Amino acid sequence: MAVTFFTEEHGELRRAVRRFAENELAPHADGWEDEGDFPDWVFRRAGELGFLGLVYPQEYGGQEADYFATIVFAEEIGRCNSGGVTLGLAVQTDMATPPIHRFGTKEQKRSYLAPSIAGTKIACLGISEPDAGSDVMNVATTARWDGSGWVINGRKIFITNGCRAHYMTLVAKTERDGASTGHSLFLVDTDTPGFIRTRRLDKVGMRTSDTAEILFDDCRVGPDALLGVEGEGFKHIMWELQGERLIGAIAATSGAARMLEATIAYVKQRQAFGKPLTGFQTVRHRLAEMATQVTAVRELIYSTAFRWNSGEYVVKQISMAKLLSATVACDVADGCLQLHGGHGYSMEFPIQRGWRDTRLNRIGGGTDEVMREVIGKMEGL
Amino acid sequence: MSAPGTSPLFPDVFEPRETPYELFEEEHLALRSSIRDFINKEIAPNVEEWERAEDFPREVFKRIGELGFLGFKFPERFGGSGPDYVAECVLLEELAQAGSGGLAADIGAHKDLGCLYLYNFGNDAQREQWLIPALKGNLLTSFAVTEPDAGSDVASISTRAVRDGDDYILNGRKIFITNGSWCDLAIVAAKTDPDAGHRGISLFLVDAGAAGFERSRMKMLGWRTSHTGEFHFEDCRVPASALLGEEGMGFYQIMQNFQWERLAMAIGQTAGAARTYEMAKRYALQRKAFGREIGHFQVWRHRFADMASQIEMARALTYHAFRLFIHKAPCLAEVSMAKYLSSEVAYAVADEAVQVHGGYGYMMEFSAQRAWRDSRLGPIGGGTSEIMKEVITKALGI
Repeated sequence: MAVTFFTEEHGELRRAVRRFAENELAPHADGWEDEGDFPDWVFRRAGELGFLGLVYPQEYGGQEADYFATIVFAEEIGRCNSGGVTLGLAVQTDMATPPIHRFGTKEQKRSYLAPSIAGTKIACLGISEPDAGSDVMNVATTARWDGSGWVINGRKIFITNGCRAHYMTLVAKTERDGASTGHSLFLVDTDTPGFIRTRRLDKVGMRTSDTAEILFDDCRVGPDALLGVEGEGFKHIMWELQGERLIGAIAATSGAARMLEATIAYVKQRQAFGKPLTGFQTVRHRLAEMATQVTAVRELIYSTAFRWNSGEYVVKQISMAKLLSATVACDVADGCLQLHGGHGYSMEFPIQRGWRDTRLNRIGGGTDEVMREVIGKMEGL
Repeated sequence: MSAPGTSPLFPDVFEPRETPYELFEEEHLALRSSIRDFINKEIAPNVEEWERAEDFPREVFKRIGELGFLGFKFPERFGGSGPDYVAECVLLEELAQAGSGGLAADIGAHKDLGCLYLYNFGNDAQREQWLIPALKGNLLTSFAVTEPDAGSDVASISTRAVRDGDDYILNGRKIFITNGSWCDLAIVAAKTDPDAGHRGISLFLVDAGAAGFERSRMKMLGWRTSHTGEFHFEDCRVPASALLGEEGMGFYQIMQNFQWERLAMAIGQTAGAARTYEMAKRYALQRKAFGREIGHFQVWRHRFADMASQIEMARALTYHAFRLFIHKAPCLAEVSMAKYLSSEVAYAVADEAVQVHGGYGYMMEFSAQRAWRDSRLGPIGGGTSEIMKEVITKALGI
């Protein structure tokens, strides 16, 4: 008997997500990797299956499940074998839309949340800028009140889903009469004049995910585009980052577990010096070390998620889970690549993709260094 | 994989207890504060002196027995108050706060090895005779498997027990026996059938006063307050009634108890790491260099963040293994992982604690060095990290 939070319904969901990932997505993974893109139908299909609104209210098409449903989805969707697909979906479900659910008006939920849950509207999240990433306080994009609407100017970078998105959940500094009113969030349709996609960025990994650079050039939106409270955007986005980091941690760790699983299968059949690689003690011990790290970080995530699900604002634990999941996943990816020997370096084997994709975890959603700052400061240092 | 609860060798001390994800209930929080009070009042103030003397009074056992702290795992009829392993977990965590690895180790050897073996495998007469006074702290126990030439490789022990009429005659040596040099009763593993491999091992209750049982105390790098002993058996005669459990079952009895021993170590190591961390942080926040507290330099802030994260992770893994254990679920891999990870983390944290103390970290008058020396035992005792990795790979089918 495993002692977990997962109920039978979670088990059903796990089977359904796994079927979707393995049967409907994974067969395309290699082709999508070659193209450096995946099609929008993935969002629509995930929406049809109910996977994009697991924790959201039924009123908007959601399932009203608990956070452990999110964990199940994040753990299983990675079986599609394409980090970029997983990332694109995570931005949709756990980064760009939670602020709408939490801070949005009914109208905003009807216009943005409901179609996002259905998968007919694709979302992206605009925080990072060329000169401000984790340092959200210093974002330079401005939204100036002109008496009847907001005029947005600035640049955003590293925007996942940015090329395909129908709207962006945006962080900007608001100004009235030449004075700053602080940070605020906006929902901006990407077809608004002045919303310009300047570049599609080329990345070392997560290659199926589209990553955009955006220019706001006198992009004017109405008063109803403001999301949440004017001037509270910094707090709003700090809250959003917690869910973003937690789902990133889950994805990284389940990815590491799958790489390890594949590597164990590989070293069992790979022969060297007349015996399988598992016959070598150093290989076995390396696997034991990696298995321990993955198990440990998973338990750290579960205990953090348990508290998050109960409504605790566990910033320190989430930062720890994010930091360790990323470092463990990268270490495991590298260890697994090593155990594959020459094949590990060959583009024919999937392990190199895991190695490249995983590297993002130590950067995206707040770097390792930023996590250590958060934890250290919360420890009073 | 061993499956506690499904093995016929797993006795009813592990009755199922419905334990939710949150391990600690109200009663445990109250228990924690009463144990902490006791540690703060009666143990911690003496630790520096005891460490210098490399000793602590036997009365400590009597006192914790009186307070009921030895009985959490055992039912009332033997003087216990359980079984409540969550209460035991609280005790293990709080004992680590005393900051004396040797003291915690001696008490642990008594309650988590000696007493547990007596309860798990003893018949009622043996339990009456030994367990009841043991839980009062009037009788100290130890458990002896390791020999100069066989530690984790239990099947290779060479101590012999030869049947002679109504008695057994023991010959051989035991080493690294925690609580052994001053115990009243030693539980000793010996080969009753040297040709039967791991099926030829049996456990014996040996009175410390038995003729032919000589012992001495070992000098150690850390755990200086611990009464760790070396045993020498020379034609030591014990009655047949000294056999604990069935003849030939010793290996299985030991393997079964390893789970709790290692889990108890993991719980203690994790709590110890947290204590060492707090000690190091306190120092880092009062020691100034270049005009500010060294803890506020970014490098130390980040290193403390790494330590805090590692401790939190070790705790999450340890609690996971513990939950499986109390639910009698298979937990061989998880327990071994928890023991391995927590002891490595505890030692790494202690090393950082020495480092952040600078020159003072190297001085015997500061306790950072003790945390460092004491925690070095973690990756060795109860099965080395290397043995843990062997167990883990086997449990995972690699």
